Amino acid sequence: MQKYDELTEFLLRMGDSALVQAQRLCEWTGKAPALEEELALMNVGLDLVGQARNWLDYAAERIGDGHDADSLAYRRDERHFRNLLMVEQPNGDFAVTMLKQFFFDAWQYPMLTQLSKAKDERVAAIATKSLKEVTYHLRRSSEWVERLGDGTEESHQRMVKAIDALWRFSYEFVELSTQEQSLSEAHTIGDISSVATKWQAMVNDVFARATLTVPDAAQPFYLASRDGVHSEHLGFLLAEMQYLQRAHPNASW
Amino acid sequence: MRPGEIGQLIATDQQATPKTEADLALAEQVLAEVMDPEVPVVSVVDLGIVRKITWRDGHLSVLITPTYSGCPATEVIELSIREALVQAGFVQAEVVQRLDPAWTTDWITQAGREKLKAYGISPPVGSASKRSLTSVAPQVTCPICGSEHTQLVSEFGSTACKALYRCLDCLEPFDYFKCI
Ligand SMILES: [Zn+2]
Repeated sequence: MQKYDELTEFLLRMGDSALVQAQRLCEWTGKAPALEEELALMNVGLDLVGQARNWLDYAAERIGDGHDADSLAYRRDERHFRNLLMVEQPNGDFAVTMLKQFFFDAWQYPMLTQLSKAKDERVAAIATKSLKEVTYHLRRSSEWVERLGDGTEESHQRMVKAIDALWRFSYEFVELSTQEQSLSEAHTIGDISSVATKWQAMVNDVFARATLTVPDAAQPFYLASRDGVHSEHLGFLLAEMQYLQRAHPNASW
Repeated sequence: MRPGEIGQLIATDQQATPKTEADLALAEQVLAEVMDPEVPVVSVVDLGIVRKITWRDGHLSVLITPTYSGCPATEVIELSIREALVQAGFVQAEVVQRLDPAWTTDWITQAGREKLKAYGISPPVGSASKRSLTSVAPQVTCPICGSEHTQLVSEFGSTACKALYRCLDCLEPFDYFKCI
């Protein structure tokens, strides 16, 4: 499997994660439980598309070879995507969707906080910009986890089921690859060694308020998103997202 | 054909005199008339999107910054700025986008805030630098009746920059321009 340099791989991880999460949110268009929620889901999705573009623009410049953010988003196969396994999981019901969003936001928040102090000025600028948006994303998703967990018998049960379905993918929020460690130690991307404990603390805190039990730490298994080994869901997601550019290369308006 | 040449053609067509470095103040006036496509009462200057207007290598250069990462209006804004400048005779005008420093609602001018309010959008409250994950909800004033007795309906409105509120006195719903 061909890999780029450490920083480029990391930019792809940030960009692809935001992009795939945004695509999942867009699947709610026209069928969210309430108008305000639909607006909220789309707004968050739009912010994430913008963030993805900023990361992928930078990655594309480093890769060269005629790439731009669009070609990276629409012309790569799943084996070349570096997104977190969590964000490619199907939406399920509203509880699964909001829990996924919360897990992702609780990771983005401490991650972007550290990246905003990066030596690499471009990384710092994108992170500083994104962090403003992720702050209100996290406020909303954590409130929903709390409301559903500590809500009715039914909403609580759905949250418990959502945790069952998603928790096994959570190990990726608390581990760094050796490449990321070396980027972090050199401060190229800021010191991200504390992201894991901050993610766990945020989850513990919100779950406690939501009367939900935090499962034992998830263990890594055979999927490896940094190497492009994804769950089967990513392929279907890309098939839909990339359809137009695959069927009509370079179509634009 | 390059953008500058198109500018030349349009300007010739409009018969506007090509502008020079001495016309920087005029460029500022022109930009003050370029409205935000989503809130058409405030200009790109009022919103603090225009960061710098300079004369560089024989042409006008405008530095702008996007409001939100995914704001779909950013491209339209860039285009409207270039169009307005070319029509005013700044034929080679270039518009450069920069993320850093990140846009904040603190940059919205006083005039801009008044215009937002008159349009029915409650302007951002407080300073963005003091807002954080855990800070309490701001005290938002109803732009219609002036009451402070208001309630958040949703942190997300019709565009990324707005939240939905309702007034508990006059009972009208209204938009609040989020503080970021
Ligand atoms: Zn009122």
